[in-house]
Amino acid sequence: MTALAILLRRELALAWGRGGGALYACAFYAGMATLLPLAAGSEPQRLAVLAPGVAFAALALSSLLSLERLFERDFEDGALDLLALGSPPLELVCAVKCLAQWVASGLPLALLAPLIAIALGASPVLAPLIVVTALLGGIGFSFSGGIGAALALGARRGGLLIAVIVLPLFAPPVIFGAGAVQAFAAGLPWTPGFVFLAAYSLAAAALSPFAMAAGVRNAIS
Amino acid sequence: MGREKNLLITRLAIQDLGLSRGERRLFSGLSLTAQAGEAVALTGANGAGKTSLLRAVAGLIRPAAGAIHFEGGAGVLDPDEARAGGLHLLGHHDGLKTNRTAGEELLFWARWTGGSTEAIARAIDALTLTPLLDLDIRKLSAGQRRRLALARLVAAPRPLWLLDEPMAPLDAANRERFGALMADHLAGGGMIVAAVHDPLPVPARTVEIGAA
Repeated sequence: MTALAILLRRELALAWGRGGGALYACAFYAGMATLLPLAAGSEPQRLAVLAPGVAFAALALSSLLSLERLFERDFEDGALDLLALGSPPLELVCAVKCLAQWVASGLPLALLAPLIAIALGASPVLAPLIVVTALLGGIGFSFSGGIGAALALGARRGGLLIAVIVLPLFAPPVIFGAGAVQAFAAGLPWTPGFVFLAAYSLAAAALSPFAMAAGVRNAIS
Repeated sequence: MGREKNLLITRLAIQDLGLSRGERRLFSGLSLTAQAGEAVALTGANGAGKTSLLRAVAGLIRPAAGAIHFEGGAGVLDPDEARAGGLHLLGHHDGLKTNRTAGEELLFWARWTGGSTEAIARAIDALTLTPLLDLDIRKLSAGQRRRLALARLVAAPRPLWLLDEPMAPLDAANRERFGALMADHLAGGGMIVAAVHDPLPVPARTVEIGAA
């Protein structure tokens, strides 16, 4: 257990340290959220309807940014070998890395999400639900994204490959998360979407470590 | 810690090992053993499979044929447990993050491999790392980085050292220091399997990889 706690601390230090990229993801998120209304037109009513969806889609894309860093740097400098040789199972190592990534960049992005939705014209009443769905969705993004990051290890232009592998995996949390918020805004039953989002994220957290570990083993062998 | 004692590797036995990389067979029919206190120097041309052999012993590469056994006082050990607590692999890459300080990285890897605070202090002392600890890894030379990686071996004592060209970037004084550490390790019942081009500074049995 202690080894995993030490690993978690290192991952957080790396993500928040120089060149860690957690801040870049937030800046990218804010940039995306500014760019989309420029394309969609600035009529407040139309934007207000789109706001939760835009906030969620931009959140998914921002979550992509830090995926390349998840395993690639450890793979290049040989740290991944040493992590794979450690006493904790590689599945848990991968899960801890995803968890750290969620804490380091998913958490700030989730806190940013309601601000962005409100800036786009969504009602402030939605803010709590947006934070919670963004947090839950972030777990799904981190863990399902980790599969892509592990599969793309060692490939040339790995970052692009990750995006291609991972974007389809990101569709369900975007559908359920934005759907729940939009249903809530329209006064419709929102729990089904929310429950599906939770189920997807928890399933990703439970199952993806096995896929990630297999991908990593394949890359370092 | 009592559990680790039972896992102590006292003999490494490789039988009829064959390794392939992709379609290419690197070597086959390789057998070698290392007893407690013994060093084995792997020699052979570039690309003969020395690194792959070390990685196969560490469990990172699955052999195409043959078997690798770790034996302890109570007979053959479970390979996963023996590997997790019983060996160090020191590869070409030192596993150090360029944007962290030497002290942070040493502490992390020493803790990750189960090193105690006293052992970490001993490692810092043995490899004269004190002046480096506050420096960023990016500012260290290859030899300094290697010394930091070697410190793991001392900071978390384990019986089997798998070393891939351990001396290559080291200067004469540090080769001597590391030679003394290897001699200590062997004297304490440890084993070393090292891929080398230059002879090891300790008495070692030489095994040529890829020799017909």
